[in-house]
Amino acid sequence: MAETDGASESSSTSAKKASKKPKYSRFTQQELPACKPILTPALVITTFILIGIIFIPIGLASLFASEKVVEVVDRYDKDCVPSTYSDNSLAYIQSTNTNKTCIRSLTVPKKMTSPIYIYYQLDNFYQNHRRYVKSRSDKQLRSRENEREIKDCVPEDKTDGKSPIVPCGLIAWSLFNDTYMFSSKNEVLRVNKKGISWKSDQDYKFGSDVYPKNFQKGHLIGGAKLNESIPLSQQEDLIVWMRTAALPTFRKLYGKIEVDLEANQKITVEIENNYNAYSFGGTKKLILSTTSWIGGKNDFLGVAYLTIGGLCIFMAIGFILLYIVKPRPLGDPSFLSWNRNPAGHVN
Amino acid sequence: MMKRYVYINDDELSQDLYCDNRISNRKYTILNFLPKNLWEQFSRFMNQYFLLIACLQLWPLITPVNPASTWGPLIFIFAVSATKEAWDDYNRYLSDKKANEKEVWVVRQGIKKHIQAQDIRVGSLVWLRENDEVPCDLVLIGTSEPQGICYVETAALDGETDLKTRVIPSACMGIDFELLHKIKGVIECPNPDKDIRRFDANLRLFPPFIDNDVCPLTIRNTILQSCYLRNTEWACGIAVYTGNETKLGMSRGIPEPKLTAVDAMIDKLTGAIFVFQIVVVIVLGIAGNVWKDTEARKQWYVLYPNEGPWYELLIIPLRFELLCSIMIPISIKVSLDLVKSLYAKFIDWDTEMIDIETGTTSNAANTAISEDLGQVEYILTDKTGTLTENKMIFKRCCVGGVFYGNESGDALKDVELLNAVTSGSADTIRFLTVMAICNTVIPMQSKSGAISYKAQSQDEEALVRAAARLHMVFVNKNVNILEINFNASIVQYEVLDTLEFTSDRKRMSVVVKDCKSGNIVLLSKGADEAILPYACAGQQTRTFADAVEQYAQLGLRTFCLAWRDLEEDEYREWSLMFKEANSTLVDREWRVAEVCQRLEHDFEILGVAAIEDRLQDGVPETIETLRKAGINFWMLTGDKQKTAIQIALSCNFVSPEPKGQLLLINGKTEDEVCRSLERVLLTMRITNSEPKDVAFVVDGWALEIALKHYRKAFTELAILSRTAICCRVTPSQKAQLVELLKSCDYKTLAIGDGGNDVRMIQQADIGVGINGREGLQAARAADYSIGKFRFLKRLILVHGRYSYNRTAFLSQYSFYKSLLICFIQILFSFISGVSGTSLFNSVSLMAYNVVFTSVPVLVSVLDKDLSERTVMQHPQILFYCQAGRLLNPSTFAGWFGRSLFHAIVVFVITLHAYAHEKSEMEEVSMVAFSGCIWLQAFVVALETNSFTILQYLAIWGNLAAFYIINWIVSGLPSSGMYMIMFRLCRQPSYWMTMFLIVAAGMGPVLALKYFRYTYRPSKINLLQQAERLGGPILSLGNIEPQERSLEKDVSPLSIAQSKNRSPVFEPLLSDSPNSTKTTFGTPFDFFQSQSRLSSSYSRNCKDN
Repeated sequence: MAETDGASESSSTSAKKASKKPKYSRFTQQELPACKPILTPALVITTFILIGIIFIPIGLASLFASEKVVEVVDRYDKDCVPSTYSDNSLAYIQSTNTNKTCIRSLTVPKKMTSPIYIYYQLDNFYQNHRRYVKSRSDKQLRSRENEREIKDCVPEDKTDGKSPIVPCGLIAWSLFNDTYMFSSKNEVLRVNKKGISWKSDQDYKFGSDVYPKNFQKGHLIGGAKLNESIPLSQQEDLIVWMRTAALPTFRKLYGKIEVDLEANQKITVEIENNYNAYSFGGTKKLILSTTSWIGGKNDFLGVAYLTIGGLCIFMAIGFILLYIVKPRPLGDPSFLSWNRNPAGHVN
Repeated sequence: MMKRYVYINDDELSQDLYCDNRISNRKYTILNFLPKNLWEQFSRFMNQYFLLIACLQLWPLITPVNPASTWGPLIFIFAVSATKEAWDDYNRYLSDKKANEKEVWVVRQGIKKHIQAQDIRVGSLVWLRENDEVPCDLVLIGTSEPQGICYVETAALDGETDLKTRVIPSACMGIDFELLHKIKGVIECPNPDKDIRRFDANLRLFPPFIDNDVCPLTIRNTILQSCYLRNTEWACGIAVYTGNETKLGMSRGIPEPKLTAVDAMIDKLTGAIFVFQIVVVIVLGIAGNVWKDTEARKQWYVLYPNEGPWYELLIIPLRFELLCSIMIPISIKVSLDLVKSLYAKFIDWDTEMIDIETGTTSNAANTAISEDLGQVEYILTDKTGTLTENKMIFKRCCVGGVFYGNESGDALKDVELLNAVTSGSADTIRFLTVMAICNTVIPMQSKSGAISYKAQSQDEEALVRAAARLHMVFVNKNVNILEINFNASIVQYEVLDTLEFTSDRKRMSVVVKDCKSGNIVLLSKGADEAILPYACAGQQTRTFADAVEQYAQLGLRTFCLAWRDLEEDEYREWSLMFKEANSTLVDREWRVAEVCQRLEHDFEILGVAAIEDRLQDGVPETIETLRKAGINFWMLTGDKQKTAIQIALSCNFVSPEPKGQLLLINGKTEDEVCRSLERVLLTMRITNSEPKDVAFVVDGWALEIALKHYRKAFTELAILSRTAICCRVTPSQKAQLVELLKSCDYKTLAIGDGGNDVRMIQQADIGVGINGREGLQAARAADYSIGKFRFLKRLILVHGRYSYNRTAFLSQYSFYKSLLICFIQILFSFISGVSGTSLFNSVSLMAYNVVFTSVPVLVSVLDKDLSERTVMQHPQILFYCQAGRLLNPSTFAGWFGRSLFHAIVVFVITLHAYAHEKSEMEEVSMVAFSGCIWLQAFVVALETNSFTILQYLAIWGNLAAFYIINWIVSGLPSSGMYMIMFRLCRQPSYWMTMFLIVAAGMGPVLALKYFRYTYRPSKINLLQQAERLGGPILSLGNIEPQERSLEKDVSPLSIAQSKNRSPVFEPLLSDSPNSTKTTFGTPFDFFQSQSRLSSSYSRNCKDN
């Protein structure tokens, strides 16, 4: 009698609580259907072989592309200093009276099809130095109203007369100012200096209503001067220069030659050697280069792809051999002894 | 002692003395929320560190990136935790408000008024109607029932669902309903405390209610806040404690946050990274300053001033500090909090941990410690209600030397007993009378005439029910008049006094007067040692002692029932003392016990009743599985030794004789305990290497001495022993044992169901409460509450293990990805003149931590290395979690190495692929950044064991999202990286670089992992292989016998010790339970635990 009463009560409470029961779903029960791959020899070896098979042809293709690029490199920083100044190149470059013109002659090794890109390369030049890389004002470059946005530009922010420098900052101030004139067979090779900068920079980063102002007017002259009647968006050399390089060795586009150059063709370059790379032991190079789908001449990707592909094949072969020499069935329960000292299997 | 005087119905006096009844559980107010919350958040070291970094970034001279990259995430993180706090607090406010604005009836100036609950004052007279919630702590002074009782449900207070009776003090008895409005008086009561079982106060009424006596008040005269009035039309009482000063309010407290071992390890690793960061900063700082002075001065375009400010030397180190600050991932706390609350949710949601009988789900009250479940090394368990069902059934008895129920196993079906009852044997009838009325049970008669019993003690209920089956039906309790229906005739008794049960006295008695004959008798029942020594001179107690012994060996609970005729004078004299003792305010419990002692002697022993408490379903299996998982079990029980050992045997706690061995620590004096302890310790040391189940048994008395005087020896014993049975221990000893194991650096889990387990549960690293019949007290105090003991297996092996594995991966991965980006920054500084330039822009840095790397890793909460079934079949695998194999300095070193390797891969490949004319800062930065994103996607993929749809979405979707987000950002002319991503995506060399980075970065990792997986597999790997290939895993049961042989030759520890062991051991416990094996019903599983990872051994593993 007493039991029946208790039982009915407990069943009613269970019914009440059962309604609070969580709703079953595969997520709440952690039972979502899952794919559980394991590293079987077949899977791993196939993966490595596949990587090898894919990487080696790509490597060969990119090496081939890189080989096809014709590149002429001429280092001129030493040779363009007159022998009288060879011990004191710094004095030579800093002097305003010395003749900076220097004639170099290059030979085209293979036929170069247009467009031929002209780069200058600086070595040991830290465009990525923190003090340098921050010393610019994107706002000022973009529009005229922001002329006074110069707080990041210290110490090249304003003139002694407290009026702002446009473009301000160390980057603009140290603009590269060597110039090159190309001629071949006594004929001037026209260098196209239009379209060497990014179009997006011209359109959005450098304002068409911003004109250079107070630039290189201080007591310290850095690099090139700018024509104050041309807006910044047209100053392509500046735009190129302001795209700072991530490495202390870098190339920047100087211009394009839009005619083909024949093999063994002699080219004369008249260099205006103005830029001071001597004080910090930097080098200056002039580069003529064609291009390919992979970019300029750069064997790295090709070599790296071949190496990685080769290593993968090698690894796959190694694993196959290991598998043959020392077969190890997966999930072998004889290794599954709980009493062996698992300290040996620390992973 | 501090006291408070409550003047009843005095509207002026106590008005301002005590707080009003406004309940406030709120932590914050609107005004102090921001400062208080910020203060709390900043008391954590990590947050202080991040704040410092964020502040340093405000200094433009040194900040490498936009301060937003740190402030953004920092504010986000703070906002998240502040919002959570605010939301919780708001909910608390709402529930407070609801309680505070509840309308109640209160008497003011003699008139009944309807006011809000918050306006109740101490001394107010509060009226309650049936089913009302009690708004504050009241002293009962009137009820609708003529006997002055009322029924309350105290479930909200102590979790006990039965109805309790409360009575009005004798002084208020019989006061007219109308007069109650005008009652005046004073209640002298202690200052508020949180003891819900005690209220030692006095009441004195003022004229015209002349009653010169000071009337003692106990907890039975009170109705406490949050109780409900049931089965009573109305009741009224005086508010004595209000607002937050009620018993409930006082016992409410914010529990100390528990820190898991994983958290501690993460903190340690964070500290190590911090030191590493400082070293890097110092080295790079010096290098940077040297380079500046030697090289940078020559670089005219940098235009270094000759004279810098005084802090010039500090600038470069500080820049590097900021650059390296991402080494410590700011997102880790948020990610961990997030996944931890999901682990807790999984426990709540688990349909396999729902108790079908009651429909109770499991609940994780503490969401922060799931990982610890996977690292448990010791489980300390209560016996009654935890291992057993706490469903008491009267099984056997011994009355006057005759054993009943021995043949059939059920005394109620024993014909001899039934005959004895019908023939009216005096002993039997008295025995039944004690069974029926020596208790605090309340019979409830329903309309159909069926009687149900409301009892606080399961034992009492079992006895009353058994008596009813034997025709001695306890029918009605009318205040002090008990009605018993024996063989269709009603017998009435008047209860004069109830000498309540306490765990110290171990017995309870009632003094009753036979209404017919007027004889006064004392009826007692209790533990054998509390009854048998007090038998009257001349009575042979030998048979009863034997009966107790015999029953205990069967695992039954025994009660000795006794009877004593009292002389009228003796009783009257004693009654005065008892009344006086009951009205003391100081040490009342002790005084009452002393007075009770004066009456409880010269017993006539009637017999022994034995009650069975059945084991819960699945307890032996659960214990076996968990022991295989390398978890040590200790049983802490208040029960007596024999019973405890029997239960231990029947639930696989210890193995029976040939394999198991019980070592007994006993003794009443220091010397005895010392000798016993040393002997046990010696045996334990020698047998440690043997495949033997050695357990020690200790009782409360010896334990007290051992803990006090031989703590060191006992600690050693505790470390050596995998199993222990501690019987007759008090709640505080339980807690002490937990403390002892914790002090040895073990992870302890305490599981219990009753109020006596609360201290142990709170003390342990993890407290698990069982929603038991003894109420919800334990479940409330616990971190986890489950319905049945067997769910513990799933809680530990499935939820604990997965949580540990997932957190181990998630935390190390968080460091990996932060270190990866940081190493690239450091490498870049070597080619940027050690000047502290950041390769990555602010947007990328911020998005990297907050978006791109946190989403894929968060789905690792769904990762399962092994299926639940495999883990259940091979619980030994838990060892990896216990020993912390997946998160320790050496695994961390692996991740550290991996991040360094990946940083070099990304950096070298990016710089070479993007050299010369391509070497543009923004582009190189984005190439390296994409490389990191690609790599981390593959790292997560490689480390994921099971891919559900969510994993695919998160890993590959994240990669797609990376491009989409960057295209969007690249489309904004104002952003620094305008057009960059579009340019890059058009270049074949960009994609080639990405694939190269992935192949070069992941190839070696994959090869190494494969090699290890195949040739140096861990147990987890083996099981994975077996599970996925569907091969030999199912036949694994067969290989277990051969493991035993392996054990001896592999473990170096065993070999060293096995040399000097003597071949034979005599069991120290001679009356070991071997003989009872056959008689005991439950079949034994003589499975010997395989995972004899003896404690010292797991110690070793821990150290590496």
